[in-house]
Amino acid sequence: MNYIEHVGKYFSMLKQVLRKPQKWTVFRESLFREIQDLGLSSIGIVAFISFFVGGVVVIQTALNLENPLIPKYLIGFASRESLILEFSPTLLSIILAGKVGSFISSSIGTMRVTEQIDALEVMGVNSLNYLVLPKIIAAVLFYPFLVIISIFLGILGGYVAGNITNLVLSSDYISGIRYQFDPFHVTYSLIKTAVFAFVIATIPSYHGYYVKGGAIEVGRSSTRAVVWTSVVIIFLNYILTQLLLGK
Amino acid sequence: MIEVCNLYKSFDGVEVLKGISATFEKGKTNLIIGQSGSGKTVLLKCMLGLFTPEKGDICYDDRHYSEMSIKKKRNLRKEMGMLFQGSALFDSLNVADNVMFPLKMFTKKPYNEMLDRVNTVLKRVNLENANNKFPAELSGGMQKRVALARAIVMNPKYLFCDEPNSGLDPKTSTVIDNLIQEITREFDIITVINSHDMNSVMEIGEKIIFLKDGVKAWEGTNKEIIHTDNEVVTEFVYSSQLLKRVRESYQ
Repeated sequence: MNYIEHVGKYFSMLKQVLRKPQKWTVFRESLFREIQDLGLSSIGIVAFISFFVGGVVVIQTALNLENPLIPKYLIGFASRESLILEFSPTLLSIILAGKVGSFISSSIGTMRVTEQIDALEVMGVNSLNYLVLPKIIAAVLFYPFLVIISIFLGILGGYVAGNITNLVLSSDYISGIRYQFDPFHVTYSLIKTAVFAFVIATIPSYHGYYVKGGAIEVGRSSTRAVVWTSVVIIFLNYILTQLLLGK
Repeated sequence: MIEVCNLYKSFDGVEVLKGISATFEKGKTNLIIGQSGSGKTVLLKCMLGLFTPEKGDICYDDRHYSEMSIKKKRNLRKEMGMLFQGSALFDSLNVADNVMFPLKMFTKKPYNEMLDRVNTVLKRVNLENANNKFPAELSGGMQKRVALARAIVMNPKYLFCDEPNSGLDPKTSTVIDNLIQEITREFDIITVINSHDMNSVMEIGEKIIFLKDGVKAWEGTNKEIIHTDNEVVTEFVYSSQLLKRVRESYQ
């Protein structure tokens, strides 16, 4: 099957997915389960990575801005911009594509090879809508919160690292993170995250849903899902940046 | 009655079903038998609407499947129950939730009423006090019984079973076979069973359709299959040494 066929099949899948749920009470139950599986269970890793990456960004920025003519508060400014514009929405989405994407793909793929999806279809359930829609809603609603947590912890991690290493004074760092703050950058970050969340929920679902074969194929589809989700995120990152920030 | 008319189905150019016609009757256990690769599962999946045949039609009590809209097909599926070869229970749900799933999805009954119905069908398949167990904690026979309970919880008109005995010991197989036959008679439904287990054939084969290489090679009952002269059928039936010896001693 060539790439164009896959794209066509993906959009046909979305047509089945983006429909009114067959039963709202069942949908609500699934939604809460997905928020737990895709969102809440990722808070720990997001917090850990964000805090330490924030620290590393500050240290690297400080070490590269040795010129005495450059004010020290720019370290805080540069770190804030890196975290809000790129690290939290994009790199975090790629990390989540690995963690959550492989989970989605392998769980749906296993349901396919063990005939659980056939069982849903035989009952008269729109299996794509039942399985994928709650994942999309959960990811699109919850990931912006994860990104806000990530931005906050990244900046905090930078503050702590700056203090421990004495590379930047607290007052300079705080001045820097408040310097020329543009609230639209946060909006831009959240828009990107919502789009990436949609990609993280749907591309692995596609790879899992249409898997054929057994355990090895489920594993392969999981790998393919992570690779393609990351590629699409990087590509959309460029398009969205051009659309939202480009002049 | 389910009528299958001149059904053709192929995969990647290989014809799996070659013009199969058959009828499946109400209140009887209808068996589709044949060697592995003879097209049994494909025929069953066509009847369930999971595969679309290239040619031919399937009639469910005078309702032509090929003429139905997607919505009508979905509604028809609500009248079907299916027992899958590997049980196909939802891993993330416990026994009670697995059986309750169709009720939650398609009825507006209050929770207690649904739970009563779940307990009734679980009792019917002789599986009580297992409501809170997860599929991974159950034996193969218990999983089959939960799957059967889920298949009948909505009072289906049509019950399909794909290799209900696969992976089970002979004693448990007989229990499952008898259960399916009792349920078929009790609820007066059309049951179609896909099997290559000769014990099942002899126990519950009230109507048997024998497939060979995608073609219907023989049709009859469990009494007729012992005395048939059809070479293809006898080759299949007496392929085990045990049955061969029983036949020789009988002769």
